[in-house]
Amino acid sequence: MIKISVASGKGGTGKTTIATNLAAALSKKGKDVVYLDCDVEEPNGRIFLKPLISNISRVSVLVPRIDLDKCTFCGECAETCEFNALAVLEDNVMVFDSLCHNCGGCYHICPENAIKEVPRDIGEIQSGSSNGLKFMEGQLTIGEAQAPPVTKQLKKDMPPAEITIIDAPPGTSCPVIEAVGDTDYLILVSEPTPFGLNDLKLAVGMARELKLPFGVVINRSDLGDDLTIDYCRKEDIEILLQIPFDHKIAKAYSEGRMASDISPIYRENLYELYENIAGRIKQ
Amino acid sequence: MNELVIISGKGGTGKTSLVGSLAALAENKVMVDCDVDAADLHLIMDSKLLESHEFVGGKKAEIIQKRCTSCAVCLDYCRFDAISEKNEKFEIDSLSCEGCGICRHFCPEDAIDFKPVVCGHWFISDTNHGPLVHARLGIAQSNSGRLVSHLRKKAREIADKSGHEMIITDGPPGIGCPVIASITGSDYVIIVTEPSLSAFGDMQRVHELIQHFNISCGAIINKYDINSHMTEGIEAFAEENGITVLGKMPFDKEMVAAQVAGKSIIDFKNSGLSKSIMDIWKRLQADLKRVEAKKIDLKVL
Ligand code: SF4
Ligand code: SF4
Repeated sequence: MIKISVASGKGGTGKTTIATNLAAALSKKGKDVVYLDCDVEEPNGRIFLKPLISNISRVSVLVPRIDLDKCTFCGECAETCEFNALAVLEDNVMVFDSLCHNCGGCYHICPENAIKEVPRDIGEIQSGSSNGLKFMEGQLTIGEAQAPPVTKQLKKDMPPAEITIIDAPPGTSCPVIEAVGDTDYLILVSEPTPFGLNDLKLAVGMARELKLPFGVVINRSDLGDDLTIDYCRKEDIEILLQIPFDHKIAKAYSEGRMASDISPIYRENLYELYENIAGRIKQ
Repeated sequence: MNELVIISGKGGTGKTSLVGSLAALAENKVMVDCDVDAADLHLIMDSKLLESHEFVGGKKAEIIQKRCTSCAVCLDYCRFDAISEKNEKFEIDSLSCEGCGICRHFCPEDAIDFKPVVCGHWFISDTNHGPLVHARLGIAQSNSGRLVSHLRKKAREIADKSGHEMIITDGPPGIGCPVIASITGSDYVIIVTEPSLSAFGDMQRVHELIQHFNISCGAIINKYDINSHMTEGIEAFAEENGITVLGKMPFDKEMVAAQVAGKSIIDFKNSGLSKSIMDIWKRLQADLKRVEAKKIDLKVL
């Protein structure tokens, strides 16, 4: 059982293209693969994999509700809350659901037992399959602020598989950590531009902080400069693959077609890349 | 004062290059980079760091080992699986700690330290086009929304003090907490998109979010010639939903060349691309006036 995450500091570098094509390439070779779209704010893997969805489940978090008949308006709950999600007035207690981090602090602290917790929907998880590949994605409801609980639930519900490919959100903060934490290897997708390099350095910082082994895929490798390659050499970071810009791929991408239908890079080279990584993980 | 926020939902649509270019055209403005995870705007604005500050955004819990009696009470209360036990030694993983402090409340031995932590840094820089407020959230930190709100507050202070008329904000990707913190209370949002199913889908989600907050918005379609058919679809969507299409930009390698040179497209050189951005700027100004007039009308009513 191998878990590989595909991430990038910068968005739009081709992370989803790599993740979906890698998952599909492995599945075509007869492996038992699950593709997990953890970019729950903008899950786009489905556009390319076109899965048949067989199950939809809701993701909810617990938020406090106050029984005003029992409440003495002592204010202890609001004092406990680190996230300013409660305001105790003279004859009312206001709960700001979107600020609540669902810690249960107020519920446990209330001396009058006046607080109960109720589930509140913040997103959903869809699962199904695409040509034998298992597919799962999380979706944060629009207007909701907190992505990590959706990702957490998604990872909890993930079916066991020989290989799990995780499509992580962009960036280096909490939603990414939730997605890539406890995986065996991290593929960082970058592009050789100043923005790409700046964000790659941040992503490398994250990988090192999490002590995850990682390598870099340089996409659109012929647009930009040499500084990304220089950086990787200097930092002793393995460049797993370089993919030049290709108008045909860009067009196919725009239409939601798989890059692997057009270029062997996305079949053969990605499979090789996997074998290379898998060999190392097993060591 | 007008607060303008540029977002895209999806990364890689050319948003930051556009923000830099619009900032190069705007007079009398302050820039804010709200992509606190991966701030890039300063790379094309010839920026010089003036001020650097620590950002304390929340607290984290830590066990004071010599007081801990391994009673395991905290373990039951923590909902974030941040506390673990190994050979009767309890530890809190600071990456998983949500900062709620509930463990501290219930620890019978008072063995938990709960202190504010530095979760990032924020900066003020001087650039070739005016002041820039930006930040760097610490790796694996979770207070991006608070940091974004802080940056916007600082930018407004600078604008108020020096009489700037506009704040131009480079927004973060996605639709979650940092995006919400970036757009709430702003005057106008520009969505930068491109003709792909992914970017179009993300545009629709972002637009729904903007509507949620009742903010006027316009759109810019970058690389429109990669798929002209889909560009038409995006334009139709914009029309149906009252989004002003401010302009379209062709796929052009100048975009990357300008970035490599460390410049905005406007400062780089005269090109078809820079011309299309100047047109966008004109249309944007007209649309800002329209929105302003609508606001005044509403007030009169
Ligand atoms: S702690 Fe309980 S009794 Fe006190 S204000 Fe909150 S809900 Fe009311
Ligand atoms: S559950 Fe926690 S975060 Fe939510 S209101 Fe109660 S104390 Fe605040």
